[in-house]
Amino acid sequence: MSRINKDYKNTKRYRFHQWMNGELDPFIGNVEMKEEKQDSFQSVPKRDIRKKDPMIDHTLLKDKKEFRWYNRIYRVLSLVICLVLIAMLLMTVFYLPSIGDAQNPASNEVVERYIENGLQETGAVNIVTGMILDYRAFDTFGESNVLFIAACCVLILLRIDVDDAKNNSKAEKARIEAEMNDRLYEPKNDLILQKVAFFLVPFLMIFGIYIILNGHLSPGGGFSGGAVIGAGLILYLNAFGFKKTERFFTQKTFKTVTFCALTFYCLAKSYSFFTGANHIESHIPLGKAGAIISSGLILPLNICVGMVVACTMYTFYVLFRKGGF
Amino acid sequence: MTVLQWILLIFLIVCAISVSFTKNLLTSIIIFMAYSLIMSIIWILLESPDLAITEAAVGAGVTSVLFFVTLKKIRAIVEEEKDEQDQ
Repeated sequence: MSRINKDYKNTKRYRFHQWMNGELDPFIGNVEMKEEKQDSFQSVPKRDIRKKDPMIDHTLLKDKKEFRWYNRIYRVLSLVICLVLIAMLLMTVFYLPSIGDAQNPASNEVVERYIENGLQETGAVNIVTGMILDYRAFDTFGESNVLFIAACCVLILLRIDVDDAKNNSKAEKARIEAEMNDRLYEPKNDLILQKVAFFLVPFLMIFGIYIILNGHLSPGGGFSGGAVIGAGLILYLNAFGFKKTERFFTQKTFKTVTFCALTFYCLAKSYSFFTGANHIESHIPLGKAGAIISSGLILPLNICVGMVVACTMYTFYVLFRKGGF
Repeated sequence: MTVLQWILLIFLIVCAISVSFTKNLLTSIIIFMAYSLIMSIIWILLESPDLAITEAAVGAGVTSVLFFVTLKKIRAIVEEEKDEQDQ
């Protein structure tokens, strides 16, 4: 045992271990791990790139022979790998089947069924929406849930705990206050932005609602319409500040709307899956194809997806801005 | 393939390459926005308007705005703020 441990500090294994832990750099030597100063948030200086520290400025290492060699080999190898990758991808493109060929592997009986019976079975003029929200509604349900879970994850990562500020140090308190103060500087009263938003936001909202409601008749649907509405909400928030948006959109609104939409989606689709699997007649009329109120469940489901997407987009932005509503 | 499509595709490649060569983070985000916009026009030419709407709203709109907010938070766009305070 002792014979092995004697030279341990000179072995490659130990150096590799040190390098993995960030204590040793092959070109700089030993690296000191400094603790970051607990400064207040306001006085964080702009990162000075010209500082004479080999950890930051790699040009200081230019004279070292090994570093020069390393740099040269690194460049050549990265170029070679990049070119090989480009060549491989281009070669693959040549083997792809051409678009719209009848012999393509994608043109099988599934697509045939969708195109031939889609209008009668779903009642949707837009085949894509008929596919997404009727034949493959379960996938779309999963996607809506993914959006909701993503919003929850961002909330967990970026949330600022106000109650924690009491127990923490002074610097920490100042930092939290500075983060919260993001809303104090709002609105900035940018006249151009406000005028543009004044004219643009109503049109954006109406366009988004139009895309959602016409999802089964024209291109579009819940996701695109919801994204447009979410972008409109973000523009409104940027122009007029948090005070105005908080009158109609708070954390409670997000929770209620998303929860209700997802639950309704789940229940409605469960009903249609249940009746479909057991060959029971569904009591949802398909209506006349081409009318706004037609195609059974697709319209309400589109509205649900749109609401979830719009709320999620807006929530992402608000959480990025100030970590909480 | 029409001439317009060729021009758009070439612009797409130019955008993709120039993103990796810009030193300024703000510039690279704006190039990314331009990429998304061109991509949405290409989606329309490929006859999928629903994807075009989504690409324009999500790719060019929301994602870039989130990038901007992040840059502001990590203080990568700090000089403009200083100018405002000076005035």
